Amino acid sequence: MSDQHNDNPIPPPDAVITAQGLTKTYGKAHAVDAISFAIRKGEVFGLLGPNGAGKTTTILMMLGLTEISSGQVSVLGFNPARAPLQVKRRVGYLPDSVGFYDNLSAVENLAYTAKLMGLSYNERTERIAEALARVRLVEVAHKRVATFSRGMRQRLGLAEIIVKRAEIAILDEPTSGLDPQATIEFLELIAELKRGGTTVLLSSHLLDQVQRICDRVALFKAGRIEMMGSVAELAVQVLGAGFVVEVEAEGAGIARKLSTIPGVTKVETLSADRYRMTAERDVRPDAASAVVAVNGALKRLSVDEPSLEAIYARTFQGKREGVRHAA
Amino acid sequence: MRREGSAFQGLGTVFVKELSDNISSVRMLVLELLVVLTALAALCGAIDNLRQNTAEDPFLLLRLFTLARDPLPSFVAMLGFLVPLMAIGLGFDAVNSEHNRRTLSRILAQPIYRDALLMGKFLAGLATLGISLTALWLMVIGLGLIFLGVPPGGEEIARSLVFLVVAIFYAGVWLSLAMLLSIVFRSPATAALVALGIWLFLTVLWPMLAPAIAQVIAPPDPRYAALGLETPDTGLWAQFLLRISPNDLFAEAMQAILSPQTRTLGAVFLEQLRGAIMGAPLPFGESVMIAWPQMVSLIAGTIVLFVGGYVIFQRQEVRA
Repeated sequence: MSDQHNDNPIPPPDAVITAQGLTKTYGKAHAVDAISFAIRKGEVFGLLGPNGAGKTTTILMMLGLTEISSGQVSVLGFNPARAPLQVKRRVGYLPDSVGFYDNLSAVENLAYTAKLMGLSYNERTERIAEALARVRLVEVAHKRVATFSRGMRQRLGLAEIIVKRAEIAILDEPTSGLDPQATIEFLELIAELKRGGTTVLLSSHLLDQVQRICDRVALFKAGRIEMMGSVAELAVQVLGAGFVVEVEAEGAGIARKLSTIPGVTKVETLSADRYRMTAERDVRPDAASAVVAVNGALKRLSVDEPSLEAIYARTFQGKREGVRHAA
Repeated sequence: MRREGSAFQGLGTVFVKELSDNISSVRMLVLELLVVLTALAALCGAIDNLRQNTAEDPFLLLRLFTLARDPLPSFVAMLGFLVPLMAIGLGFDAVNSEHNRRTLSRILAQPIYRDALLMGKFLAGLATLGISLTALWLMVIGLGLIFLGVPPGGEEIARSLVFLVVAIFYAGVWLSLAMLLSIVFRSPATAALVALGIWLFLTVLWPMLAPAIAQVIAPPDPRYAALGLETPDTGLWAQFLLRISPNDLFAEAMQAILSPQTRTLGAVFLEQLRGAIMGAPLPFGESVMIAWPQMVSLIAGTIVLFVGGYVIFQRQEVRA
């Protein structure tokens, strides 16, 4: 859990992006306030937080597209403020609601950026065909982008990152505004990127998606990283436990018996035969044997996965007693 | 604190893409049609005029550029009016449209500097204008050959080539201005309106305002007025103020280059007339020397406005 603290001085050896005390100020306002993090090679890292929390600013600083007020960031060993071309050659960026030249076709749009990447004619033709196949846009490759839906544009933006063969893909709100089907397809494409060895950094405020694909997340609040780690780690940190197990059983002394199970932090009695346990791990087997041990009749045993939404709600609403989330 | 890599990486790619966008755009087609048609009208007037007054003239070709027949203005005056319109049409949405289409951050995430994007757009605009003006220039020479039947002399070609270069830089001033406005204003409509406003002000209102302001700064002397003469101070001020407008600089430079008998622009001093044969043409080099300050001013104006836009663009936030 060492990387859950903002002042982590030693980045892990396989870190591809490290930031230390990264700060961006506009006048007196701190858009990003002394954040530190390290992203490991090959992981999917999520930047989470409400709009205006500093996620996009952080991304732009990593790409050298906006000046860093103070602190340091290193991307693949390069300083984006001093060597932006080296960084941008290796990092693909899909901006928030990406735009294309509407009067050009999908292939022409990709060809333009591929030329800017410095690819030769043969190489870019080959890579563009391959990338369009991977994002399933081959049939519309020669159609004008003006006719594309939002989901298709996002996929075209991802194709650009594939053409670049980027080591790191930075996706800013990649699924906002997509319909559920398009979202699922897009998340699948991100998973493919990860399988191909690409490190993915994505920002979002759509929590269930982030939870589905991210290995680790950083929660942004007003320019600071409130907490960082895997969803399970955060759940322990914020909710006091990662798992909520509900037991429905008849019998006497069940509540007391349940509370003796190691790892259980709290047992609530919801009604005569319903109990809710909060635990650090999945304690269903222990709960079942506990009920049996006191000769109770077990009717139902269910578990709630730790939910990012509950963590998020707890972090941003500042409530100490939040509603337990039902997934 | 030097940044790595060349600021011009990707410049060629941006240039080619923007040039092809410019040339294939409907907007450019309409503007070119407008310019070609009005220029043709002016030329026809001039040709007609020349045929009726077939006096001996060593600079027959140049007369094509400068001769006006009522109600049409001369070809050069027409260009002085329309070239800014073309340049504004090309430049007013150069940068803000990239913002609005949300393509800017995607393009700048490629391994290029902002310099290449802005410079590529500017050079593509200038090249588009250069191609249009060269085509117009060829049209004038061609029509002159067909209808006047006199092959142009070397000096005429040289003078008309100077005309071409000055016209391109005159267009450059307006292109830089339009691009500067496209950087400053996020909405293309605002940028276009402001650019057109400045254009109308400088071409229509300023020639009327400048003498009035000059009279306030240097009130006319009643002794000169009694003789029916313009007070020298007032005249100088009026000319100085007029020269703020690139249109005036263009018109003056063209007068010196295309009318070889022009000895001076503005006030004439006695020593300039000493030994002069009135109406005799100046050599090519001397005419260029007379127009030199105006030409340099136009080139400098282009560069200064571009640099202004460049500085603002470098400091601008990428995010929409």
